Amino acid sequence: MKLNLKIWRQEGPNVKGKLVDYPLDGVDGDMSFLEMMDILNEELINKGDIPVEFDHDCREGICGSCNMMINGEPHGPQKLTTTCQLHMRKFNDGDTITIEPFRAKAFPVVKDLIVDRSAFDRIQQAGGYISVNTSGNTQDANSIPIEKEKADEAFWSATCIGCGACVAACKNASAMLFTSAKISQFALLPQGEIEATDRVEAMVRQMDEEGFGNCSNTGACMVECPKGIKLDNIARMNREYLKAETIA
Amino acid sequence: MAVLDSKIPQGPLDEKWVYHKNHINLVNPANKRNIDVIVVGTGLAGSSAAATLGELGYNVKTFCYNDSPRRAHSIAAQGGINAAKNYQGDGDSNYRLFYDTIKGGDYRSREANVHRLAEVSSNIIDQCVAQGVPFAREYGGLLDNRSFGGVLVSRTFYAAGQTGQQLLLGAYSALNRQINRGKVQPFNRHEMLDLVVVDGKARGIIARNLVTGEIERHGAHAVVIASGGYGNVFFLSTNAMGSNVMAAWRTHRRGAYFANPCYTQIHPTCIPVSGEHQSKLTLMSESLRNDGRIWVPKKKEDAEAIRAGKKRGVDLAEEDRDYYLERRYPAFGNLVPRDVASRAAKERCDAGYGVNKTGQAVYLDFEAAFKRYGKVEALTHGHKNATEAEMIKLGKEVIKKKYGNLFDMYQNISDDNPYEVPMKIFPAVHYTMGGLWVDYNLQTTIPGCFAAGEANFSDHGANRLGASALMQGLADGYFVLPYTIGDYLADEIRTGEIPTDTPEFDQTEKETRERIEKLLNGSGKHSVDYYHKKLGLIMWDKCGMSRNATDLQSAMDEIRDLREDFWANVRVTGTADTKNQELEKAGRVADFLELGELFAKDALDRNESCGGHFREEYQTPEGEALRDDENYAYVSAWEYNENPRDAKLHKEELVFENVELKTRSYK
Repeated sequence: MKLNLKIWRQEGPNVKGKLVDYPLDGVDGDMSFLEMMDILNEELINKGDIPVEFDHDCREGICGSCNMMINGEPHGPQKLTTTCQLHMRKFNDGDTITIEPFRAKAFPVVKDLIVDRSAFDRIQQAGGYISVNTSGNTQDANSIPIEKEKADEAFWSATCIGCGACVAACKNASAMLFTSAKISQFALLPQGEIEATDRVEAMVRQMDEEGFGNCSNTGACMVECPKGIKLDNIARMNREYLKAETIA
Repeated sequence: MAVLDSKIPQGPLDEKWVYHKNHINLVNPANKRNIDVIVVGTGLAGSSAAATLGELGYNVKTFCYNDSPRRAHSIAAQGGINAAKNYQGDGDSNYRLFYDTIKGGDYRSREANVHRLAEVSSNIIDQCVAQGVPFAREYGGLLDNRSFGGVLVSRTFYAAGQTGQQLLLGAYSALNRQINRGKVQPFNRHEMLDLVVVDGKARGIIARNLVTGEIERHGAHAVVIASGGYGNVFFLSTNAMGSNVMAAWRTHRRGAYFANPCYTQIHPTCIPVSGEHQSKLTLMSESLRNDGRIWVPKKKEDAEAIRAGKKRGVDLAEEDRDYYLERRYPAFGNLVPRDVASRAAKERCDAGYGVNKTGQAVYLDFEAAFKRYGKVEALTHGHKNATEAEMIKLGKEVIKKKYGNLFDMYQNISDDNPYEVPMKIFPAVHYTMGGLWVDYNLQTTIPGCFAAGEANFSDHGANRLGASALMQGLADGYFVLPYTIGDYLADEIRTGEIPTDTPEFDQTEKETRERIEKLLNGSGKHSVDYYHKKLGLIMWDKCGMSRNATDLQSAMDEIRDLREDFWANVRVTGTADTKNQELEKAGRVADFLELGELFAKDALDRNESCGGHFREEYQTPEGEALRDDENYAYVSAWEYNENPRDAKLHKEELVFENVELKTRSYK
């Protein structure tokens, strides 16, 4: 099929960017969206132009690297799907596709479609862990039984891939879905509960410092999340935060 | 160095590690504060090593080409992690895990290392649970286990089909804790371009900031390479697109021996290649082989009609199907190990029975499982007179609960509904067992340079069993390296900070810059991917699932010619002083073009068939692998010598004192 791509090109963080038109022919329905970008880049290189830079790695929907706004939606039109798992058969011959980076104050553009998501790492570093030594002398793993439902819920919260679609989808550029998923995972497990108060305060503080907005319960984050992370996590984070404030 | 000293400790097998820990040198906590360690790669092995070294008190710098350690390819592992906990009471033990791993690796790994791996495996589970890794649990609240190919016990711990993700996030959180404490300094979007060796010791690295293009010098008392495997030498593989051999290869160029490069695991259940545009391959979990039956048409004309789109596999009568694994291996059937299943699929496709357009696919069929489960469902729910269609419908629901996410993923990629028509699968390159040669301390032949996880060669021999890669990465990072590195660093407490303004750093940086300039100055005929794809085809055709001397020899020549062409004619767009993904790729492909030739040379040297290395000249009349223990029970460790074809072979003879070398049979 033939496509008309409109792609955001920006040489660097301090250079003004713009949408550039790229007509592309010979796109096959079996190609993934990123493979379509590969053939565009191959064409650009053969013409002596600079290829479009975009983050990608596993191409199996799990590493969380790929991050594009496709026609205004993070990861494109297919629900519960990362860009690398989106296939061109979802598009039609002659379509115009607009491709932009995830936009948020806390995600500055590095180049073209690549943004800097290190704010997510700093939120995790503020307390997204359990303070246990890696000593090899921890107690036997079965010494604390954990209710299956709780373990499963903790697991579902932990499946967040940290791609940032929630931030890009949110009109406030809020990172609450991401942060709350991590807070939920630990708050649900006995091992993480002891530090829950400090954790939620530190992570929320860091989230605010990074320049992410607040949550106004629109729910766009959950709709666009490729892993189906639930809004319940935000409710749980708010509860944990209230609890922490009350104790303090 | 002429003799490879594996430094295997004395004493009985199950006392070696304890003895070693009791006798190696320790570093006092006050001195650890004055010692710097660089960890290159932050997947399972790198993150766990860096976190633990930081915990112990060393100053650690981590280097990661992604924007965050959370994206390392360890994250894609699906099935699980092995540990000899014997929670199920089914007779598991350290010895059994050790034995299964040695046998699974076709008797080409080191006994002492593998036993240590089995010993620390239990600790890994305890550690991960304490860190909040949400493993699957039973209703009683205890950890759940499942069984995996090649073993008779349930020792695999898992978190749905995303075990690698959860374990990596666990190690990443431990790493974050040390970053917050200031003990680990992370350098993300950075790539190691070279190792700096001073007076024969590893003393730092040259790295490139992938955002600004800046070339940086980092000094340290020791360098740990934990940069993963090199399966992307085949271009198409299940590896992440960025997975590369650069850190390990540049270390090899600086003197570290590279061991067993030809040992590659081909995984039998991947989604087949759909066309020229394909960039990578996706794995379907091995667990599917518990319920799926693998077959191709019995008659060639049926296969041809299917390929031409005139017939559908699903319409073929039972008697016209060849369940070739069940036919050839009645005892193990569809559950033969990965190397055996892969070769059998290739054999059928080469003989003309493949079932997709390219002829490179076989069926993985769940029809029998639908019927089997459906019948049980119908009976247990009182539908005594259920029709076959009703039973199949019920059976599909059972399968959906077990493998629903995998079926969805398959449909998404292939656009075929696997509930209605059988899946198509084909083997693909998955994991590399070869890597930097290391001794029992995980030290390479360069003092002060260590290698962990898939980047070293040490534990899997010629074939890796499922659920063992995660185990090795975490064992090395959490529980082995933090001990063994101390033995080396104990002599470094008086060294003081490593200066980076020395002639060695100057020279290495200069060579790095020249290399980058050379890449940017090609004639500009072809893109980097053009060369990578060409290399991949040579590797797959001539160094892939089966090899022979003639093909390997011509592969060596073709790769050399391709490499020369690459350096003369590659077109790398952009400049060196900015984010430039083409330049990053070019540097990596340049290394693959050297490694590929050594790979072929290693395969040519090994005149036997074992595990992931199948030489057509060495097989039984039934087409099974024929090992030669008398002449090839060694690790091949290659010394760099300018040109891959001139690499010098050093042999580490493998000594088997605790297991008897037997022929693997799955009939």
